[in-house]
Amino acid sequence: MTWSDHLVILPILLPLAAGALAILLDGRVRHGPAAVNLLSTLGLLAIAWTLAWRTLGPGSLADGAQVVRVYLLGDWPSSFGIVLVLDRLSATMLALSATLSVGALVFSLARWHRMGQHFHPLFQFLLMGVNGAFLTGDIFNLFVFFEVMLAASYGLALHGSGEARVKAGMHYIAVNLVASLILLIGASLVYAAAGTLGMADLAMRAPLLDERNRTLLEMGGAALSVAFLVKAAMWPLGLWLPAAYSTAAAPIAAMFAIMTKVGVYALLRFGWLLSDQRSPDFFNAQWLMIGGLATIAFGSLGALASREAPRVAAFLTMVSSGTLLTVVSIGDPSLITAALYYLVSSTLAAGALFCLAELAERGLDERKPAEDQAELAVPLLEAYGLQEEEPQDEEVGVPVPAVLAVLGIGFLACTLLMAGLPPLSGFIAKFAILRAMFETGHTGRAWIVTAALLLSGFATLAAMTRLGMRLFWSDAERPPPKVRVIEAAPVALLLLCCVALTAQAGPAMAYLRGVAEGLSAPSSYIEAVRNAPRMREALAEPPPLGGLFHQEGPAVAPLLVPAPPAAPAAPAGAPAAFPPAGGAP
Amino acid sequence: MEIVIAIAIGILAASGIWLILRPRSFQVIIGLSLLSYAINLFIFSMGGIKVGSPPLLDPAQKDLTVYADPVPQALVLTAIVIGFATTALFLVVLLASRGLTGGDHVDGREER
Repeated sequence: MTWSDHLVILPILLPLAAGALAILLDGRVRHGPAAVNLLSTLGLLAIAWTLAWRTLGPGSLADGAQVVRVYLLGDWPSSFGIVLVLDRLSATMLALSATLSVGALVFSLARWHRMGQHFHPLFQFLLMGVNGAFLTGDIFNLFVFFEVMLAASYGLALHGSGEARVKAGMHYIAVNLVASLILLIGASLVYAAAGTLGMADLAMRAPLLDERNRTLLEMGGAALSVAFLVKAAMWPLGLWLPAAYSTAAAPIAAMFAIMTKVGVYALLRFGWLLSDQRSPDFFNAQWLMIGGLATIAFGSLGALASREAPRVAAFLTMVSSGTLLTVVSIGDPSLITAALYYLVSSTLAAGALFCLAELAERGLDERKPAEDQAELAVPLLEAYGLQEEEPQDEEVGVPVPAVLAVLGIGFLACTLLMAGLPPLSGFIAKFAILRAMFETGHTGRAWIVTAALLLSGFATLAAMTRLGMRLFWSDAERPPPKVRVIEAAPVALLLLCCVALTAQAGPAMAYLRGVAEGLSAPSSYIEAVRNAPRMREALAEPPPLGGLFHQEGPAVAPLLVPAPPAAPAAPAGAPAAFPPAGGAP
Repeated sequence: MEIVIAIAIGILAASGIWLILRPRSFQVIIGLSLLSYAINLFIFSMGGIKVGSPPLLDPAQKDLTVYADPVPQALVLTAIVIGFATTALFLVVLLASRGLTGGDHVDGREER
């Protein structure tokens, strides 16, 4: 095992260490926490891209062959211990979250990070949770990393305080705590049915379960998917999202754009690992599609109905989540390719939009607070933290000439990306989705999805145009917002990533095609986890517990080696995890 | 034994869900606690309920059926710790909300 094998665990360890260090430096060293946070985030970016490069198979980009890296924590066999698994999907998601986090962090350094306490440690812990959720190889650690991510996000959602934030935050926390409890129900049901929590083990055993345990596993799958769908904000489980995302501080909302994608990632991972014909239907694809379409409809209507930029951005995040769920529910490698392209493009665009919305709204509502506030259900002035901004005016920076033009161009790019209009990557993504649907012969559903995508694109365009008129057009005497370069640069960076994605659409699609192929052939993942070499075997030392496990070989054998299909009795001995002593061949 | 545990989980979960849907923030937090107790018991019972059997390996005892399953016990410990921490965090938010709005309604103001 060389040093580079340990790279797999760094996306979890580095933010953990950096977050802890940032807490220690808080209040002692002036720019300490910010420097630690920035260094760690940049380090994560480098690590994530290295990992993405290292998971490529020997063939071409689009080749489904992949190098699956398995990291055994504590060197236990993968059936017993905790494993981290890095395949191309995880690596892609890691790279995406790292890229987004650099943009959000640089944006926050202008002033948002001083709006409350412990911004930097929480930011790092959020990254740790997100990265852990992408890397973990078992369901229970998925829960643990979800909790790490959520605990940090609770703190960040309240960052800057204010009544609207606390209110939205309380709803957000309550809903997500219940969702976590449902996730626990699902995890324990899966354990009761299959006797394992490892995803690879589960995929091995699921087809061999008897009728009774199959039902139990399907119930567990239903509970798990409800929990994931709360994270992915599927209607009606995602009604917490607009309030929480639109009240959160801009860079934090931009970071939250990746959190709905964590739910989609979990669905993709489980759905495809258990895609074996004999496996139970873990997630009901038909309902997923209906839910996705409902989410698109709800998000579009919500975007049309709201007039503040952050709220529109929050509803558009829901639309992109709904689009992903709809497409993922049909599940064909070429569709997954297009869906992943859409995921990357829409996450970056949403992150840019949240930041841009805050810049463009800046100074707009200060002059006419009274009439605005009266007609709104939520007191949104507080939501933007405007009361706190005023005393800090001198720190915001000098007015840059033509700043409105720069913001306007950025806003235009966001509109094109979100609505899916040419020439940017949003259009390519939607076009690829529709083309893949018609080519794979899902004609009936393809027309429905076409209608949904076009209508939601139209609604997005209308909402964004109206918002643009309010922000840039209607108020001619408006003083140009004071924007610093450090705030404009990260938005430009995120948008340039989308432009690069457009210009290099061919290679990007080829790469994502490989990701989708790797996902749709779960055997490489399962084999890699089950045959993960242990250090101890490499060093040829006897394991300390060898006495018991080796003498009782037959009794524990089904846990260690794949049970042959001819002996279904072995893994079916649930609810006890250990099969009865005489039950194995 | 199973029926007693099942009824206990059911009562805890039902009370928890009812309380979560109440308008007072204190009721919500008690509801969340009750619900998490129910879930913890549920996880525990998923390993199969056995009386007087330890989850520890005894080299003299080769029959694996006499052991209790250790995994749900480990899971339940983790779930208790995490649930406790997140409930404490929610309590802080609840206090902040009370300080800012002056009331304990979950929406920040009374319904009219």
